[in-house]
Amino acid sequence: MAWARQILRVDLSKGECRQEPLNMEWAMKYLGQRGLATKYLVEEIDPKVDPLSPKNKMIMTTGPLTGTCASTAGRYSVVTKGALTGAIACSNSGGFFGNEMKNAGYDMIIFEGKANKPVYLLIENDKAELIDASEFWGKSVWDTEEGIKSKHGDPLIRVASIGVSGEKGVKFACIVNDMHRAAGRSGVGTVMGSKNLKAVAIRGTKGVNVENYSKFMEASNAGKEVLAGNAVTGEGLPAMGTQVLMNVINETGALPTRNHRDIQFEGANNISAEAMAEPRESDGKPNLVTKAACFGCTIACGRISTVDRTHYTVVDRPEYQIASGGLEYEAAWALGAATGVDDLDALTFANFICNEQGFDPISFGATVGAAMDLYEEGHITDKETGGIELKFGNAKALTDLTELTGRGEGFGAEIGLGSKLLCEKYGQPELAMQVKGQEFPAYDSRGIQGMGLTYATSNRGACHLRSYTVASEVLGIPEKTDPLVTDGKAGLVKAFQDATAVYDSAGLCLFTSFAWSLDDVAPQIDAACEGDWSTENLLEVGERVWNLERQFNLAAGFTGKDDNLPKRLLKDAAKAGPAEGLTCGLDKMLPEYYEVRGWTEGGVPSNNTLERLAL
Amino acid sequence: MQKSLSIDPGKCTGCLQCELACSYDNEGVFNPSKSRIKVFNFHDEGRFVPYTCTQCDEAWCMHACPVDAISVDMATGAKIVSDELCVGCKVCTIACPFGTVNYNQSTGKVIKCDLCGGEPECATACPTDAITYIDADWTGLDKMRSWAAKTDAGVQAEA
Repeated sequence: MAWARQILRVDLSKGECRQEPLNMEWAMKYLGQRGLATKYLVEEIDPKVDPLSPKNKMIMTTGPLTGTCASTAGRYSVVTKGALTGAIACSNSGGFFGNEMKNAGYDMIIFEGKANKPVYLLIENDKAELIDASEFWGKSVWDTEEGIKSKHGDPLIRVASIGVSGEKGVKFACIVNDMHRAAGRSGVGTVMGSKNLKAVAIRGTKGVNVENYSKFMEASNAGKEVLAGNAVTGEGLPAMGTQVLMNVINETGALPTRNHRDIQFEGANNISAEAMAEPRESDGKPNLVTKAACFGCTIACGRISTVDRTHYTVVDRPEYQIASGGLEYEAAWALGAATGVDDLDALTFANFICNEQGFDPISFGATVGAAMDLYEEGHITDKETGGIELKFGNAKALTDLTELTGRGEGFGAEIGLGSKLLCEKYGQPELAMQVKGQEFPAYDSRGIQGMGLTYATSNRGACHLRSYTVASEVLGIPEKTDPLVTDGKAGLVKAFQDATAVYDSAGLCLFTSFAWSLDDVAPQIDAACEGDWSTENLLEVGERVWNLERQFNLAAGFTGKDDNLPKRLLKDAAKAGPAEGLTCGLDKMLPEYYEVRGWTEGGVPSNNTLERLAL
Repeated sequence: MQKSLSIDPGKCTGCLQCELACSYDNEGVFNPSKSRIKVFNFHDEGRFVPYTCTQCDEAWCMHACPVDAISVDMATGAKIVSDELCVGCKVCTIACPFGTVNYNQSTGKVIKCDLCGGEPECATACPTDAITYIDADWTGLDKMRSWAAKTDAGVQAEA
């Protein structure tokens, strides 16, 4: 029950698909999705493998709750060794693809090898075949999704695909499903492209069941009531989306601006949720058309937007005068504050292109910010940029580079290296705002200290979705802590990391955790699945998953020295706002973190810890 | 009082909780592909529209059925398909002007909304009240109220 108990293994080199039973012994230890797929990956690949070699594997995976009526239970993840980081990668996506995969009868699809020419995988329940994708290679995500539906005459097929950026090896390419939902970070789309796999198209009609229906309905309904009654999940997110944060984080003094030179952005309000709701001059309509939910989600934080038809980016291009996926907070920050651009329409257009050509707006925007820093400091010139005046605040430079990066052309190909390789190439590694190769998201760790430890220790490189201590340090969830101090943050980060791994392994969206604790989650999993899934057991699963990921990274060659931040955050004090004068006190938090984790001073899980977690 | 399903697309977020609830009630499994209600996503316009049977009084499906497998549930007014009588001829799917009767290839019968015997699961499950189950004579009441609220009582006096 809940699990489909079946895997589809796709050998791209041989062109073969075969089913095999899910290892239920592992499911009882790792639950599903992030945890369980990581276990498979760890068992099946050499951690030192080149992420882009055929010997790397890529796993699409659902959780046991995926496809049930629990709120937000439509998630899937892509687990692989990341192209951007060389670390464990696990990128989570919503939309409707995860549910379709589960309905076709699969907990996981494991891709191995490399196809000798571009292919896509078509699944209709038990029938799975690899089909020549030459007609779609070179096409965008949007054209591929439409093209596959039309070719097979089935509008109900769900598609996850890569765009041209993923084909061309842009290091932070995504896998995009349902037009604008993405397994976004760490370059999982780049791995897919390296395998000559253009798309996965699924039609699933088998259905998903649960172990104890009446208990499950009771628990999932109780969960939905908690979400509806909560200020964040019941009011803030549905009304304003994640963009509710733009002005809040700016006021907190933690909005990284112009490649983290500044910590507050004077243009923040122009690119905020409030601005998206403001009627514009040209047609009297706001940027925001409507809110949109992913499968089964009773929160509906998704935004559907349009670009102003008179804006320079779309005025001659009717194909972009449509409603499509609008700005989320992270994208608005990266495309906007990180580059100093406060033109809402330019950002919305850039976001469309990120979805259309399948690349991560966080890493992209942050890398453009780094390139602007290189340009303003004179390390690159018009010669390298092909004439693009790469100054902070230049909207046209941003949108031109978005299109070039989407096609992997010109200076866009260099942006496609990511900030670490780009800044190393021009001899300025300290200008890259990243950890383990992955760019920071939208919170400055000088203004929110816990996020510094979060980034430094995140198993997939800098990321807010591994322990969102912003919830506690800014929003007071589950209880308020002071964002400006380091005391107590080691324990806080560990607690968030372990709990997050549970949500990611269950098939649920992490955003439910603004309202839910694991006490709300456990009864839902326990009713849906066989086995004993108490809060206590789930926390142990979360900690086990975290340590398993850590072991993979250590075996891949990372050490405690990589749990670090760029000098800008450790040496250059914040210039303004509540955090004025502060740097990130990582050195105070990290040793304590290793201790609460039960790791050695060098950041290696001790034998006792491994034994305790049955690893 | 007879009730009707009332659908307000403006409130729909496209979450498919209605399809999940419908499929579980009818099939005993969460399976949107077997739902009697479907949510359509008009992507380029940013619109979601749930759609299902409106329970016509003179139901085309019922009149077209050659084996009288479709009958009226007198308590709710729903047109109900008898699985015992249905022969899967699909004439009703052709007769229905709205497409809301569909064939189910795994059973060889047709499926359509039966109002769940008077407690439609889709309306219960909808988190935004885009689908409600209300007085059949007054499905326009909310719309009338919202227009009434916009009516300016002062206009005539001032003129």
